[in-house]
Amino acid sequence: MSEVFAVGIGQTEVGEHWDRSLRQLGAAAARAALADAGTDRVDALYVGNMLAGDLSGQHHLGPLIAEHAGLLGIEAVAVEAACGSGGAAFRTAFLAVASGHVEAALVVGVEKMTDRPGKEVTQGLVTAADADFESQIGLSFVAINALLMRRYLLEHRVSRDDFAPFIVNAHANAVHNPMAMYRFAVSAAEFSRQAMVADPISVLDSSPVCDGAAAVLLCSRDRARGLGRNAARVRACTVGTDTIALHDRRDPLELAAAVRSSRRAYELAGIQPRDIDLFEAHDAFSIMTALSLEAAGFAERGRGVAFGASGAIAIDGDLPLSTMGGLKARGHPVGATGVYQIAEVLLQLRGEAGQNQVKNATLGMAQNIGGSGATVVTTVLEAVR
Amino acid sequence: MEVPRHWRTQSARYALEGTVCQRCGETSFPPRDLCSRCGSGEVIAKRLSGRGEIYSYSTVFQGPNGFAEYAPYLVALVRLAEGPLVAAQLTDVDPDAVQIGMPVEMVTRRLREDGPKGIVVYGYKFRPPLVAG
Amino acid sequence: MKAMKPSRDVGVVGYGAYVPRFRLPSTEVSRVWSGTAAGGPVAAKSVPGLDEDVVTMSVEAVRSAVRRARIDPAAIGAVWVGSESHPYAVKPTGTIVAEAIGAVPATLAADLEFACKAGTEAIEAAIGLVGSGMTDYAVAVGMDTAQGRPGDALEYTAGAGGAAFVIGPAAESVAILEGSLSYVTDTPDFWRRQYALYPEHGARFTGVPAYFKHVGAAGRALMDALGTTAADYAHAVFHQPNTKFPTKAAKDLGFSAAQLRLGMLANEIGNTYAGAAILGFTAILDEAKPGDRVLVVSFGSGAGSDALSFRVTERITELPRDIPATRTYVARAVPLDYALYARNRRKIMVE
Repeated sequence: MSEVFAVGIGQTEVGEHWDRSLRQLGAAAARAALADAGTDRVDALYVGNMLAGDLSGQHHLGPLIAEHAGLLGIEAVAVEAACGSGGAAFRTAFLAVASGHVEAALVVGVEKMTDRPGKEVTQGLVTAADADFESQIGLSFVAINALLMRRYLLEHRVSRDDFAPFIVNAHANAVHNPMAMYRFAVSAAEFSRQAMVADPISVLDSSPVCDGAAAVLLCSRDRARGLGRNAARVRACTVGTDTIALHDRRDPLELAAAVRSSRRAYELAGIQPRDIDLFEAHDAFSIMTALSLEAAGFAERGRGVAFGASGAIAIDGDLPLSTMGGLKARGHPVGATGVYQIAEVLLQLRGEAGQNQVKNATLGMAQNIGGSGATVVTTVLEAVR
Repeated sequence: MEVPRHWRTQSARYALEGTVCQRCGETSFPPRDLCSRCGSGEVIAKRLSGRGEIYSYSTVFQGPNGFAEYAPYLVALVRLAEGPLVAAQLTDVDPDAVQIGMPVEMVTRRLREDGPKGIVVYGYKFRPPLVAG
Repeated sequence: MKAMKPSRDVGVVGYGAYVPRFRLPSTEVSRVWSGTAAGGPVAAKSVPGLDEDVVTMSVEAVRSAVRRARIDPAAIGAVWVGSESHPYAVKPTGTIVAEAIGAVPATLAADLEFACKAGTEAIEAAIGLVGSGMTDYAVAVGMDTAQGRPGDALEYTAGAGGAAFVIGPAAESVAILEGSLSYVTDTPDFWRRQYALYPEHGARFTGVPAYFKHVGAAGRALMDALGTTAADYAHAVFHQPNTKFPTKAAKDLGFSAAQLRLGMLANEIGNTYAGAAILGFTAILDEAKPGDRVLVVSFGSGAGSDALSFRVTERITELPRDIPATRTYVARAVPLDYALYARNRRKIMVE
């Protein structure tokens, strides 16, 4: 298996892009990544997207994005794993380059959520769950996370206010990220006062509905030579899965797919959790942040929330978390999120994270979750200096 | 309209019909063609008792298609007496009265309809038992 | 008139009740439509929840009936549901109920409509089917989620609820049928045309020529045919569109208030239409003693009455205790104001 290097990053601002379409957003991120890498040579395009079929009436995004990004004719396919689509597309590109069949693969994560009213977005998002036995009985995606959080509060004897550090941290970091949707700070007191969306999940516990696209160019060692300002090496990219429905899990409070994919990633990279310098967690809901920290081995079971309160998650802490705002404050254009996370890790490893720069960042990890934890993609990247 | 789809899952929705593995004895709900524990294909259908207790719960204010007219409504994960966990709505109970661990029993209620002219989808919900024990 | 009796003795093997938990006090209707706190002919009426209809209510009542009967649902040979508020105009309630309780596929299933008499009509059909030996067990349901036009006199009383019965062999019965009789004429006192949301009625014409004539004639003729008098009955229940009508009809036939007491539910839950008389019957069975005679007289507009005479057996003392009694349903009363009632009954335009 050949080594794989990330040589280009492209992002559009996350937000409500009333004047830009799905294809325009995807193409813009793709062009930005190619420009960043300083090349036009791409052999394959892998597009991560979840909702285009439901919200734009558009599947078949491989050729669509290739055509509009000026890459007409290349190998191009879309990859879907619900909110884990971006990570899954990255994994596909990684495999393609690692196999030696493809020398340069572009990953584009793109989502256009604002063309339809909120209730249609709600319906779209719930397709990540079990259609026959979750959404057909009336569960929404928010409610599934609320069920998890309520149980977590009871079993681990914490209060919902204890989740505040995750939200405060994410918003503080987003202030300095020009691509973030919510570039404002939030206090613990403000978090505590928020209205419930699905008790115990409040408005500030959940990530926003938004549009966005991000791209990363992956290359073989040969192709990477001379490209990119600061290349980074992909040390591992792994996918773990679990039951699609929350109720079918032996222990709903354990993200078994995250346990599986993180363990495998650590094994492949030959590292321990303590070697990771920063972590982009899938904080679509604050309960998911806590469960990810536990599943990935950063905190003991039930101690994820305490970990958040310990100060470890700050930019200058032991494990800086959601360093550019996370899903919570950068925004969560669902199928694009996994690629944003990786792009942000790459910015840190390249030393280009501005005021949010983590000092001496060498190993960064991103974890992208599909559904309530049925797909988890863990990616470990290393700075090449 | 998704008539065949609703029809296919009727036994599970109307009567909590799950499956029991003939090799390892595991009870599954929803029903499975392959046992979720040992992978055996030797499973038979079984109607579950409908008794259980609340594992977790929340309130849905904006639900999936077809549920708008019922919102807000309570949803829960219910640990059934036979072991499986099932996601379902709660009915005939006020939000303030719900607690994790409280016993519930299955009832059959309207889940939604496929528009004013479409079929009515009936299925399981849970409520506090009318008669204790 | 001659009493009807099947060639083999049959009776009620199991029974179940259902009343939704919501109540609309009649003072809420008068507050909105007459600006007074005068109320109406009953104190309150039962109102179904948003997720309830004749199918869901029937399923629960039948499940209780089958549990009390302690039979294998697969042995049920018919599921007949009498109602004027079936969720579908075409597509049987009976098949959904039969599927839910596990009576399919070797069963008859159909819906009956005879205004408030559809429930006892279903019982009569079940008696015939079991009494002829065609099957051992037949399920009969009378259940309604009745609607009155907003502001109309009927809105004070049109309630929701009903009962289900497993009719089976006399030897297994908690109440054995002694005989029954039906009295039917074409009397248009109340009707609802196809596609009409609310029924029309003949106001005072619904009284003497309709309710009192048919209930009185059926009750009198059955007692005459069986050689019984009011004094022979421990309990009697009459169709109860309000409290006044059944009280008067009972008095005319020689029954006392004490005989009516157990089965009189109208003041608390209103008129449950096809469920009204038989819900009173299940309330009586919940309390009845072996040897008690019970007279049940229904009335359906259009019009007709079924009168049925039962004798309670020793088996009434052996019923499982963990099944909700009729009074348990009646007692779980959650009051609604008119606005929530209007929402529950989908009287607010949202689309």
